[in-house]
Amino acid sequence: MQAFLKTGKISATDKPSSSGIKTSTKKKPPAPWVEKYRPKTIDDIVDQGEVVQVLRECLSGGDLPHLLFYGPPGTGKTSAILAAARQLFGDITRDRVLELNASDERGIQVVRDKVKAFAQLTVSATRLDGRPCPPYKLVILDEADSMTTAAQAALRRTMERETRTTRFCLICNYVSRIIPPITSRCSKFRFKPLARENVIKRLREICEAEGVDVGEGDVLHQAVDTCEGDLRRALTALQCCQRLLGKITADGLIEVTGLVPENTVNEYLSVKNYSELEKFVDKFLMDAYSASQLLEQLSATVVTAGHLTNKQKCVISEKAAVCSHRLLDGGAEFMQLTDLGCTIITANNDP
Amino acid sequence: MSLWVDKHRPRDLMKLDFHKDQAIRLKNLVQQSDFPHLLVYGPSGAGKKTRIMCLLRELYGSGVERLRQETMTFTTPSNKKIEIMTVSSNYHIEVNPTDVGIHDRVVIMDLVKNVAQTHQIDSSGQREFKVVILNEVDDLTKDAQHALRRTMEKYVATCRLILIANSISRVIPAIRSRCLTIRIPAPTETEIASVLHLVCKKESINIPSDLAMRIARSADRNLRRALLMCEACKVQQYPLTADQKVPEPDWQIFIRDTASTILSEQSPKKLGEVRQKLYELIIHGVPPDMIFAGLLKELVKNCDMAMKCQVASHAARFEHRMRLGNKPIFHLEAFVAKFMAVYKKFMEESLGDAF
Ligand SMILES: Nc1ncnc2c1ncn2[C@@H]1O[C@H](COP(=O)(O)OP(=O)(O)OP(=O)(O)O)[C@@H](O)[C@H]1O
Ligand SMILES: [Mg+2]
Repeated sequence: MQAFLKTGKISATDKPSSSGIKTSTKKKPPAPWVEKYRPKTIDDIVDQGEVVQVLRECLSGGDLPHLLFYGPPGTGKTSAILAAARQLFGDITRDRVLELNASDERGIQVVRDKVKAFAQLTVSATRLDGRPCPPYKLVILDEADSMTTAAQAALRRTMERETRTTRFCLICNYVSRIIPPITSRCSKFRFKPLARENVIKRLREICEAEGVDVGEGDVLHQAVDTCEGDLRRALTALQCCQRLLGKITADGLIEVTGLVPENTVNEYLSVKNYSELEKFVDKFLMDAYSASQLLEQLSATVVTAGHLTNKQKCVISEKAAVCSHRLLDGGAEFMQLTDLGCTIITANNDP
Repeated sequence: MSLWVDKHRPRDLMKLDFHKDQAIRLKNLVQQSDFPHLLVYGPSGAGKKTRIMCLLRELYGSGVERLRQETMTFTTPSNKKIEIMTVSSNYHIEVNPTDVGIHDRVVIMDLVKNVAQTHQIDSSGQREFKVVILNEVDDLTKDAQHALRRTMEKYVATCRLILIANSISRVIPAIRSRCLTIRIPAPTETEIASVLHLVCKKESINIPSDLAMRIARSADRNLRRALLMCEACKVQQYPLTADQKVPEPDWQIFIRDTASTILSEQSPKKLGEVRQKLYELIIHGVPPDMIFAGLLKELVKNCDMAMKCQVASHAARFEHRMRLGNKPIFHLEAFVAKFMAVYKKFMEESLGDAF
């Protein structure tokens, strides 16, 4: 490992540090589309009107409240605050912004020492060259739902004490994992899954910029369907599809997003006896499909399936919920699929 | 002398024996400059690692094959020293973060940060990034998976991750949406048989088609196992004949044996015997979920439909509990006891019906 690390030297200018966001404008190596098209200003943010509005006011001189962003993955939470920070602080971002995420150490001790030390630095309302800038610093706590309750409690005190010079922005997927004393101190913003038309519009722009042909847009609809409002997932899928297949097709998208083909779902839903089930489960797992994905698609199919009675739908859905929970806990896919399969067989034989 | 599995491992993407389309696509991918993070998943023995090593060779040339093994030391926040084995070349480094249990987060973070902060030797034609390979990501703690999220975005300029998993069910969506996911299905029996033929040809051995097919069939679509079995066949008897015995893995025989003990008599005394056998399996390193699956497959053979369902649902319930607890033996035994109770009742009732 030492030899491995020694093959290059750490360059002082490019060292990524948790205390600043890279503002360098030097030629960047080609990045994946998600990074390449990460919104540079808050005006690039799709949807999320409310947040953008508030941030815009701050940019034009208003005061910034403590913020709490929450919502599902890939809806622009991290992008929004990073863009705002860059616009607020420009080239002094490095000194004014502290970004900590789940990969950094964020125990009580760090909150007490590092965050506090940073918050206590005084700042002026002008830059070195005399131009004005906001008279506060910004602490971004990304992925805050993975912080321990104890660390959050420590944070609460710091937040209270340093309000004069420091604003906090917490970002998380599940707001219920943040302790109430903190949520009540912040302006809360929910990032909704992005609206369909807007996702399509954004994807189309990006595809055009990349010179990728997407035809009439059917495949874009497909991309949106598979990603449930997660723009990052849609973008990654499109790029992967383009890179692997050289073109974007509906089948390709299904493959790169790990979706289970529709007829496989139907096959599972119509198994008739145990040996058929055993064979199906073996083959399914050997083909490396994901059981939790199957359950997700299954429950959507079951609810709308015309050939099932209400009773059958109830029985199957209930068991699917149990099995999906067990899978999340780490239960073996083979077991859970067999168990649910048995319920399906029984339900099929008893309409 | 190395085993056939290692000796005849393909080293070039274009020489891979199955999923050839995918190999071509991967080759395309390498030629693009914006190589993404990868999440490669498939059942064990499907050739994930082989494919990745070929991919790395395509990326960096044969330099990636000069491997060295080293032990690295990390310090946890609570100042505990942990050690982990790594395999690396000048271009990549590979670890099994699950080796260090709940401290996996520290290892991953330190490693990725280290790698991302060193520059690639910039002779022409080199890539700007290095690769970190993480094995068994589906077994990472949630903590470690969360830590990967922003890291993957932040260091993308100098470091790419290749994550390997058996299934993506347990990989959190936030990570999945940051990677190119590559599904590697297990090779089919025909594909396995043809690989066996190829390898035997390279060894200048003659293998009857029937035998190749039988080995393929009993290997559970696991290519590594098939090759090991094939080599074992050769050791056992040479020249190979079409009807020779295919050696089965010991643990499979042993599980079957355990199942028949359970079926032979349902009593506390037998339960005690079964416990010894279960212990034996665990001690020999057979993963508890494989014991569970094996037992279920064997036990339901003699049951009618209704009872099969009942047993499967008990198995699923106990297996889930086993994941939450930390002593597999309890839950295996609980399942066996439950099965005995259900089975005995079933036998008595069906006997009662007969009269
Ligand atoms: N509202 C949006 N407008 C424009 N681009 C977006 C938006 N949401 C997501 N994206 C795209 O998706 C990528 C990821 O978004 P971002 O990192 O902000 O997600 P996130 O909400 O922080 O997700 P996570 O909860 O997983 O951290 C961005 O680089 C951008 O390309
Ligand atoms: Mg984020």
